[in-house]
Order: sequence, then C-alpha cells, then structure tokens
Amino acid sequence: MFRTLSLSALALGAALSPATAQTEIQWWHAMGGELGQKLEAIVADYNASQSDYRVVPSFKGTYAETMTAAIAAFRAGEQPAVVQVFEVGTGTMMAAKGAIYPVYQLMTDMNEPFDPAAFLPAVVGYYTDTEGNMLSMPFNSSTPILYYNKDVFEAAGLDRETPPTTWSEVEAFSKQIMESGAAPCGFTTGWISWVQLENFSAWHNQQIGTLENGFGGLGTELTVNGPVQVKHWDNLARWQQEGIFQYGGPVGGNDAPPKFYTQECAIYMNSSASRAGVIANATDFEVGYGMLPYYDDVEGAPQNSIIGGATLWVMAGRPDAEYPAVADFFTYLSSPEVQAQWHQGTGYLPITQAAWDLSASQGYYDANPGADVSIKQMTLNPPTPNSKGLRFGSYVQIRGIIDEEFQALLAGQKTAQEALDALVARGNVLIREFEAAND
Amino acid sequence: MKRSIFRHQFLPWVLLAPQLAVTFVFFLWPAAQAGWQSFLREDAFGLKTEFVGFGNYERLLQDDQYLNAFQVTLVFSVAVAVLALVVSLVLALAVDRMIVTARTYTTLLVWPYAVAPAIAGLLWWFIFNPTIGLLPYALEVVGVDWDHSLNGTQAMILVVVAAAWKQISYNFLFFVAGLQSIPASMREAAAIDGAGPFRRFWTITLPLLAPTSFFLLVVNTVYAMFDTLPVIDSTTEGGPAQATNILVYKVYVDGFLGLNLGSSAAQSVILMLIVVGLTVIQFRYIERRVEY
Repeated sequence: MFRTLSLSALALGAALSPATAQTEIQWWHAMGGELGQKLEAIVADYNASQSDYRVVPSFKGTYAETMTAAIAAFRAGEQPAVVQVFEVGTGTMMAAKGAIYPVYQLMTDMNEPFDPAAFLPAVVGYYTDTEGNMLSMPFNSSTPILYYNKDVFEAAGLDRETPPTTWSEVEAFSKQIMESGAAPCGFTTGWISWVQLENFSAWHNQQIGTLENGFGGLGTELTVNGPVQVKHWDNLARWQQEGIFQYGGPVGGNDAPPKFYTQECAIYMNSSASRAGVIANATDFEVGYGMLPYYDDVEGAPQNSIIGGATLWVMAGRPDAEYPAVADFFTYLSSPEVQAQWHQGTGYLPITQAAWDLSASQGYYDANPGADVSIKQMTLNPPTPNSKGLRFGSYVQIRGIIDEEFQALLAGQKTAQEALDALVARGNVLIREFEAAND
Repeated sequence: MKRSIFRHQFLPWVLLAPQLAVTFVFFLWPAAQAGWQSFLREDAFGLKTEFVGFGNYERLLQDDQYLNAFQVTLVFSVAVAVLALVVSLVLALAVDRMIVTARTYTTLLVWPYAVAPAIAGLLWWFIFNPTIGLLPYALEVVGVDWDHSLNGTQAMILVVVAAAWKQISYNFLFFVAGLQSIPASMREAAAIDGAGPFRRFWTITLPLLAPTSFFLLVVNTVYAMFDTLPVIDSTTEGGPAQATNILVYKVYVDGFLGLNLGSSAAQSVILMLIVVGLTVIQFRYIERRVEY
C-alpha cells in the first residue's frame, strides 16, 4: 500500500516536473480581432520553438484599458512581466522609474545579443531616453499615409495614378471631384490629433513642444499653436464649410473609414495599419496610396512623418526567473523572420532594417504596391528635433483636449488661432501637473 | 411597533454582520479611501505620493471644464428625470385604461430594462450615427442636418433620449403598480359627480400617485447622475467639446483614463456630497408634501 502510494507520488512528480521547469511569463496586450490572432500565432510559434519558457498572452481591451489594467495590477503587486502600451502612454511609463525595467538594461543584464542600431531610427527614436537608450521594445508601429479612390479620380478627369502631394492639390483635386459629380466629398481623415496636428507638425518640421517635443524632460511646454498649424486648421475649418472635408469624429475617427469605403469621400488619411481594412472594404473600386500632403510654401516640408502604435514595456518586481524569458522572447520577436511576418500580415511597420530587407527580397513590395509608402515617408529625411516624435505626460488627456478644441473650431465657436491657443494652454496645465507629480 | 428583545447582545450583531461587512467593504472603505486620496497628489503607479491638502479641490473649482461639467450634469439630470417620468406616466395611464391587451403591452414596455446600458448606448449610437445611422438620413429629408459629433445640443438630445429610454421601463412598472392600487371606486365616484378625465387625473390619480412619483424622482435623479456612465461612454464619450461631459463621466475619464487619481478622488467626494445633499433635500422638503 505504502509502496504504491509513494510510487504514484513519484510518477506525479515526474509528470509535473517539465511543467515546473518551464518559466511562464504573462503578456498583456490590446490587439483584438485579426491582429490578436496574428499576435497569438507568433506566441504559439515561439512557445513551440523552445521548451524553457512559455509566453501567455492575454487580451485586455483597448490600449487605454490595457495600460490602466497594468497600472492597477502594479499597485496591487500583480503586474504582468510584459505589457503593450500605446505611444501616448510613453511619457507616463517612462516617468515611472521603479515600475519599469528598461529594455536596454534588461538585455545587458540577461546577456542577450542586442544591437539598438539594427532598429529603424524613426521607430526607435520615439522610445529612447535622452542618452539614446531604448526603454521599451517596439512592437506595432505605424504612420499615417494617404489613401485615394483611383476610380473616382478618373471619373473626375484626374490622373488615376497621381495622388495629391500638396494641400493645394488636395483642395484643387477635391473641387474638381465635387464639381464633376464623381464624389460628393473631397477628403476625410482618421485621428485628427495624430494625423492633422502631430504628424502634420513633424511633416512640416514645426515644433510640437519645447525641449525637443518633450524628449528633453518633464519641463516641456506645448508650442503647437504656431502659424503653420493655425493656417492648416483654419483651412480644415473652411474646407469643412465648403464640403471638401468631412469630419470623421474624435479619437480615431470611427466615421471616417465608411465615408471612404462608400465612395463618398475620394481621399482618406489614416494609419498605414488601416491598409488591410481598406483593401477588405474597398471592393467596388481600386485604391491608390500616397504620402501625406504638405504645404509647399513651408520651408523644410516635407520632413518625415512620425509613428503611432505601441511598444512592449517590461515591468519591474516580477520573480528573477522571468526576466531571462522576457529577454529571450524579445530577441525572437525582433528577428527578421518574425518581424517580416508581422509587418506583411498587419500593415504595421517592420521595426528593423533586416525585416524590411527581408520583405523586399521576398518580393512583398513588388506584389503589394503602396505597402512601402509608409516606410519611405517615415525615413524621407533624418529626423530633426521637431520630427523625432513627442513625449508629454498626461498625453492621453491632451489628445482628448485636441479633439475638443477641433470640434469647437468646426462648430464655429472658435477660430483656428483661438482653438490652438486654448489647446496649448489647457495642455500645459496638465503637463505642469504631471511634472509636479513625477518630479 | 412590536419590539423584539434579544437576550444576548451577541446574536443581533452576528445576524447583522454579513450586511455590515458588505457595506463596509463595498461602500465605507472605498469612500474613505477616496476621501484620503483626494488630499494626495500621486503618480499613476503610486510610486510617489505627496500630501497636498485641499490642492486638488482648489484646482477643480478654478477649472472651467469642471464648472462646465456641473452645468451639463444639471441640464442632463433634469432632462432625463423629467422625460423618463412623463413618458412612463403617459404609457402607464394608457395601459391602465386597457382591459384585454394590457399584459402584452406591459411586457413589451418592460423589455428595454433588460438591455444592458452599454448595449442601449450602442443601439442609439447606431440609430443616430451621422454617417451610417438611419435617423440622420431621415432627418436630412426634412432638412435637419444631424451631426452630434459637432453639435453640442444634438449630442445632449441624443444622450438624454438614450438614458431616459432605459429608465422608462422601470418607471412604467412602478406607475402601473401605483395606478392599480388606486381604488376604481374613487374615480367612478368623481365621474358620477361630473369630473372629466383631466380633472380626475389632476385631483385624484396624480395626488394618489405622489408616493410612487416621489420615489421615482429620487431613483431617477440618482440614475441620471451615476448609472448613465455607460450610455455616455458608448454614444458621445462626453463630446463634442465636453458638451455631454457629466460629473460622473469626468471622474471616470480623469481617474481611469487620465490616471489623475487625486483629482478624480476629489471629484467623486464632491459628487458624493451632492447626492447626499440632494437626497436630504428631497426627503426633508418634498416628501413633506407627499401624502401617503
């Protein structure tokens, strides 16, 4: 009796031991739907590729929800090892020294081969500190580009292969499209804040905030109410009055894509990661791709566009055994094969030069015209202090303010100058508050 | 009233314990924590905490956006309560006059109450959506340009309708029950005395419904101030330009999205005081006029 018991205990122990030897790490992410499936496929491949570690992905809702959940979990001592945080949360994460484990440090501590120079500067620049150290691991980055309806262009008597390159062309093309009856609206856009203010500023080499758009420290101030931005918002309000431009709503602009898909608006600006959605929905017409328009009278334009999307942050305070697993997983994630697969499947940018080269040698860009517009546009010129990206505390709320002031502008309650002045004043209050709480 | 005497001091406490524990864990403790947090300035992760006294409150009261949220909440709550009460009373009166199909109608009218607020919000979002919604399409035919993503008044109408719609079912049930408890003989007697339907309503039905109406007024005010968060979140998200940003939604946005816990806690303390104050006023001054 005793013997069988001890034997079965032994057998049980033997059965359990491989499971206990495998280190499990939690990865909280915000990729739902198709993107979530692609992410889980990558994780499954990783788990199958080796036997020491196991990554467990959990979908936690929207970007904001995922970040909030991770922060709440940290306060309760239950944080995941890896969390996906969107780019506007960067300022908050970065200031939380003691809560995060910077990626460059992790890779050094764990003796993982890691070469920051292998990553695309335009992507990594967003997530490095002032000394050039990479704080988080870029995962899904995109940049806004221009989509247009080739069939409508042709019906309006325009060249179907030529997208507008300047804003005056956008205006002229739109008028021609509307007057010819090819479409009732010229253009629409997703993400007013990200596309028509932040990227607009970078693209025209205009400052968004002092201290290199906030990269230089918490003492930064918004300065996005300069004459170039005022001129653009002024035009947007006028174009909205004239029907050339249709507003797609706040935040991501949920109403913008249907306007383009139903051929109501002929031109559409949104993330390069919208490409898959655009192709899936544009069943009745052919889509063309172009870079964001610019004002040709602004010196230095076009500069380069900046990214959006999310990175992976490593959280401090997990058992020591988990960090080698994280480092190993990050090495796997940034390998050219995995990156190329993710880039081609989703429309997000490749984060390394090697992944880009691999995609090119696989013939991806030849088979999918327009897929490289985003990379070309982002790397058009070496980034200046105005076009490296932006980093402000409480930026989730400031994005909300940008939407509110834009709505006030379109509703005719404010002029462009008044809206942008108010935006800067309100945003700076939040930035000062954040500085006081984190300094 | 008959008073039960317990021999032991112990037993009553034991019997009360579960309820007290629930109240403590889910109300008193969080409320106390909010009160304490409202005096602190903290970063999101809770790594640095600084005592700032009434600093969070001072900043709030100087904040135009916060004062705007007060105004918005006032308009919103009054509109929701009035709309939900009036519509449900009319429906209840109509059902009360029916004889054969009353049950069917009652069931149909109660249905919306089973819909989760977030889903109700989404439903209205679809109906009113300026790009893909049915209603803006219909309104365009009669010459109304509906775009609640830019027009604050239209956005307010949308959230009021969406929030009231859900509460109508609840009010309706109570009104129907209230109406059924009014003896038919009283109305018949008045009818024999020559009182018309309107006179009968104003002098008999409405006064006898007063306890129900009063109860519903309190419940609806609390509903409009607190439970409408999912409706706002799934329709307008407080926009455009904060036109529908009610106090409780601002608590959520500043605290859970903005991670400004001190300010958010201060806001919820103020909100708590307002609701306590409102309830006291309702019970002390309005209830006096209600005859049970």
